[in-house]
Amino acid sequence: MSIFAAIRIEDPLIVVALILGLIGGFQYAKSRHVRRPPVEPEAVRHILLPFTGTEISRRAVDAALRLARAEGATLMPAYLAQVPKSLPLDCPIPLEAAKAMGMLEAIEQRAGTKGVAVDARIERGRTYRHALARLLSEEDFDRVVVSAGATGTQGLSGDDLVWLLEKAPAEVMILRPGPEDHRILVPAHLTNANGVAA
Amino acid sequence: MGHYKIFLGMAAGVGKTYRMLQEGHAEAEAGRDVVIGYLEPHERPETSAQAHGLEEVPRRSVEIRGGATVTEMDLAALLRRAPELALIDELAHTNPPGIEHEKRYEDIAAVLAAGIDVFSTVNVQHLESLNDQVAELTGVRVRETVPDKILAGADEVVLIDLTPEALIARLRAGKIYPTQNIDAALNNFFKIENLAALREVSLRQVAEDVESKRLVYSEAETLGTRSEERVSDDTPKAVGERLLALVRPQPSSQRLVRRAWRSAQRLGTDLDLLWVKPPRVQIEGEVERQVTALRRLASVLGATLIIEEHDDVVAAAARVARERGSTYIMVGESPPAKGLARLREPLPQRLMRAASPGVDVRIVANRGLREEEWAS
Repeated sequence: MSIFAAIRIEDPLIVVALILGLIGGFQYAKSRHVRRPPVEPEAVRHILLPFTGTEISRRAVDAALRLARAEGATLMPAYLAQVPKSLPLDCPIPLEAAKAMGMLEAIEQRAGTKGVAVDARIERGRTYRHALARLLSEEDFDRVVVSAGATGTQGLSGDDLVWLLEKAPAEVMILRPGPEDHRILVPAHLTNANGVAA
Repeated sequence: MGHYKIFLGMAAGVGKTYRMLQEGHAEAEAGRDVVIGYLEPHERPETSAQAHGLEEVPRRSVEIRGGATVTEMDLAALLRRAPELALIDELAHTNPPGIEHEKRYEDIAAVLAAGIDVFSTVNVQHLESLNDQVAELTGVRVRETVPDKILAGADEVVLIDLTPEALIARLRAGKIYPTQNIDAALNNFFKIENLAALREVSLRQVAEDVESKRLVYSEAETLGTRSEERVSDDTPKAVGERLLALVRPQPSSQRLVRRAWRSAQRLGTDLDLLWVKPPRVQIEGEVERQVTALRRLASVLGATLIIEEHDDVVAAAARVARERGSTYIMVGESPPAKGLARLREPLPQRLMRAASPGVDVRIVANRGLREEEWAS
């Protein structure tokens, strides 16, 4: 005795629904087994954007974001903090961290509007160059973006940039100072109600 | 200067005056010279009975505007009497014009300056800095306020704690106000939610007071490090707030850590970061990189990163929260659930049920764009 005879299907609509269900289920199962092409590793995965202080050239941020977006890379903004020799290098630095967080959030929010992923860092060192050196040794990145002599890199001298060019195990992009460098990104808490830095 | 002890309560009727009198009796029995400088029994028989046996400095009559007369503490008589310990009720009281000081806490300062120890009482809503907060919570604003430095300057602050339910039971039993005033009190100030909020405020106030007395602040606060603040490393931790943030080894967790750290800074408390690592996940590759980043961020912030291997996030988080004495658990926004996961109870609710009573669970939302620019 067949199963259909046993169940006694009297309504043809039920039969049609059963057949459609079987076909749909088969198609769904087939689609799940389609092999996706392997994801090719991106040529550039991380773009480092080191900075100091509580402001950064918007041109530098935008340049890094444009690159990151074009290359499908993650932006790695890194706040460089100096720790005096009187304190252990690995001591907590809450005041510096508070400054860094405002900046990192401002960059993160801007990156969010451009659809760029962000993976931020705060790096300590005895000097800004020392912090940068630690960052270079500890992190993997494929490109570095810094703006020369412009706002936001007061802590990095010309010598530091030359040093960076020599030591960085990645492509270094140094933005020359430009007329748009007065446009800076600052943390929201450092601006007043009119959007002017306090 | 005399020794100053304040009995702090969340509301009238918790038993501040009663406790002050009890301790006054104990001091007297121990052989000390104790007098009542001022007592406000509020027609509460139990309180009046407790005062029995203690000498009371007679009050003085003061004529106020309109020709009426009120009785006030006789500061001059108390100073002449010069006991070892004076019990002075209601330190937030405002004196009528024409006597030595405008406020009773100023009278008390004079008594302390004379070398007399003082026990006094106050409700938390009278503290100046909490006045607005309490008014907002309860809808009732008190006019008589006391500067916070009075409480901060006291040698001892004793919190007289009572559950809101017990206080309301006392009120209904007629132990706080006369029968004809009970309904009005229940309909206005004495609501469970008001009393619960006041209780939290007063518990927090005393915890902060204890914490501030426990720490010795270093003059050199280079980089804001708090490492030198503690009296000594073996000082027991005070009972206070403690935050626990649930993180994962991924860049988006850094946002949660930043928010959690800011909250911890505002509360002046410690922050723990917890990653509940599923047993099948290995710490290698990108996971290792993110764990290292979290560890370094925790080190910069002075937070503690804890990694617990467990297949149940909720059970592990609840256990760590209990062990660390966490009072807040912070979690990030979860992505929208898909498929059968929609039927599952959301993580915050599960955490609420699993964590100890009194532990708050906060969800940290993604804020919108707040980027500003300016022309230098």
